[in-house]
Amino acid sequence: MTNEPIIEARGLTKRFTVKKKTVEAVTDLTFQVARGELVAFLGPNGAGKSTSLRMLTTLIPPTSGTARVVGYDILRAPSDVRARIGYVGQLTSGSFSQRVRDELLSQGAFYGMSASAARTRADELIASLDLAPFATRSVQQLSGGQKRRLDIALGLMHAPPLIFLDEPSTGLDPQSRANLWQHIMDLRERYGTTVFLTTHYLEEADRYAERVMVMDKGRVIADDTAARLKANLAGDVLTFGFDSAADAERAVAVVATLTDREVRRDDAEVALTAPDGDELLPAAVRALDAAGIRVRRATGVPPTLDDVFLALTGRTLREAGEGEPTEEEETDAAADPTAAHTADAAAAVPAEKTGASR
Amino acid sequence: MSAAQTDIRPDTAVRANPARDTWNVLTRELKPVVRDPFTLIFSLVQPLVFLGLFAPLLVGSSGQPVGETLQWFVPGVLVMIVLFGTGATGSNLQYEMMTGSHERTLVAPLARSSLLVGRALKEIAPIVVQALIIVLIAWPFGFTINVAGLVIGLALLAVFGIGLGSLSYTLALKTKDREWLFWGVQQTLIFPLLILSGMLLPLDEGPAWMQAVATVNPINWVVQAERALFAGDLGAMTVLWGWIAAVALAVVGLLVGIRAMRKSS
Repeated sequence: MTNEPIIEARGLTKRFTVKKKTVEAVTDLTFQVARGELVAFLGPNGAGKSTSLRMLTTLIPPTSGTARVVGYDILRAPSDVRARIGYVGQLTSGSFSQRVRDELLSQGAFYGMSASAARTRADELIASLDLAPFATRSVQQLSGGQKRRLDIALGLMHAPPLIFLDEPSTGLDPQSRANLWQHIMDLRERYGTTVFLTTHYLEEADRYAERVMVMDKGRVIADDTAARLKANLAGDVLTFGFDSAADAERAVAVVATLTDREVRRDDAEVALTAPDGDELLPAAVRALDAAGIRVRRATGVPPTLDDVFLALTGRTLREAGEGEPTEEEETDAAADPTAAHTADAAAAVPAEKTGASR
Repeated sequence: MSAAQTDIRPDTAVRANPARDTWNVLTRELKPVVRDPFTLIFSLVQPLVFLGLFAPLLVGSSGQPVGETLQWFVPGVLVMIVLFGTGATGSNLQYEMMTGSHERTLVAPLARSSLLVGRALKEIAPIVVQALIIVLIAWPFGFTINVAGLVIGLALLAVFGIGLGSLSYTLALKTKDREWLFWGVQQTLIFPLLILSGMLLPLDEGPAWMQAVATVNPINWVVQAERALFAGDLGAMTVLWGWIAAVALAVVGLLVGIRAMRKSS
């Protein structure tokens, strides 16, 4: 049982019809997640991240393909899946008129917990997510960060072995975001929960996720640890400055002997992109010194996941997200004139289409 | 994996159970009311306005004694509370749909019907309190009531309310975040239904076409059944018709409502 992957998606595909045009939001999604992993779906708005999550959590049925989640098929046994997963959507999970602790207790009841077990668990989560000062306040009165912590608490109430988080930190200030992540990491360490999340924050995926699945236009285009993605697909950018263009020209030949990557020259500067740049940089400086070429400046810039995305798609994440509807605008997909004629935007609109939830 | 050892792991094999889930949805919905009973006070105002400001006019124009007029009017006021209460309840769901609260309940292992029935019943619970208060106020003015009739009448109102509430939720699920559309449709439907139920003014004096339309208005049948029940005429044919109308409305409401709920994600 424990060796079985906790998520096993096979050919998950979702097509929506927008203005009589069929667009594919998610195409042939096939992957596995092992128990205890922390996986992030990274991609621009409209890449199909939320749609994938909504299929895996039984909110929407796939057009084709299927998945086993916590041992059950999302199509054949959706209620078995629901009973065993936690889900934190993009928007506030708590009802505005309800009190914080009341919502947690109701959530416990929904998942078949006894009243006493629910009370114990609610108080535990209230303590660990710093909700105590406003446990008897209504959700409406909470700040954005407090609401989000309640959302996480609601998702964890029944101690699910697997929790899905859809853009958990969107809209939070940097401090609340860091705070929220600390909570997620703590809870994960304590309960061994498998965490599957979506994000369009590069730093977040980079810093916290053990495994990053890069998604673009409905497809997973890369799947590895952030470190390996960066090393294999992007690499460090090393730049050397010299006294003259002539020096730089000679330096190209010297540096080229140390790497199989392309070494570029621009006037009196030489640059290259390579993995293991932190080792290559001092080696190159020593070699240039030995060759009698004076290095005036040397910088090494480690890659970001944005560089990975750029290497994979030719666009930066920000560019990819621009001109596409944000997640808040999707429901009016049919009314959105941009959806009708630009293929990319049309694909993006239903990708995050959430129907009634908006 | 040592996940399970550090924590209470409840029975995660919980299955959807319509009765238990309905109870859980109902108790959740009632929590804000219990926390802040003051909200109930305002919902009492409307029926009292009708009782205090409309009933005297009715007494004046009908020329009937006060007690007899109230006997006719009070059951209608109770049906009206249900009509306005459960008819508008979809807007609460609409609000929850705009936040992520509704979506969360869809991911929970709850029977879809419970999300409709539990919510509709929440509108009924305060109505029981309202009904008792209205009956008590009308009492000194010569209004009498059959206790068994009141109990059966409230049960009938609950069934009627589930049907109407489910239809209101269906409207909310269909109109999504367009509040103006929800209220536009709701208001367009509710007033004709109200007038054509003979709840405020008798339809006997109206034109034949109005009476014809009223015969197919299920609310009209519920109102007539309530009048018979409150008067103690428990075995009247109108009571049976009232039940048929309410049950039919509940069945239709739940069928379309559950369908809309399934499609709503």
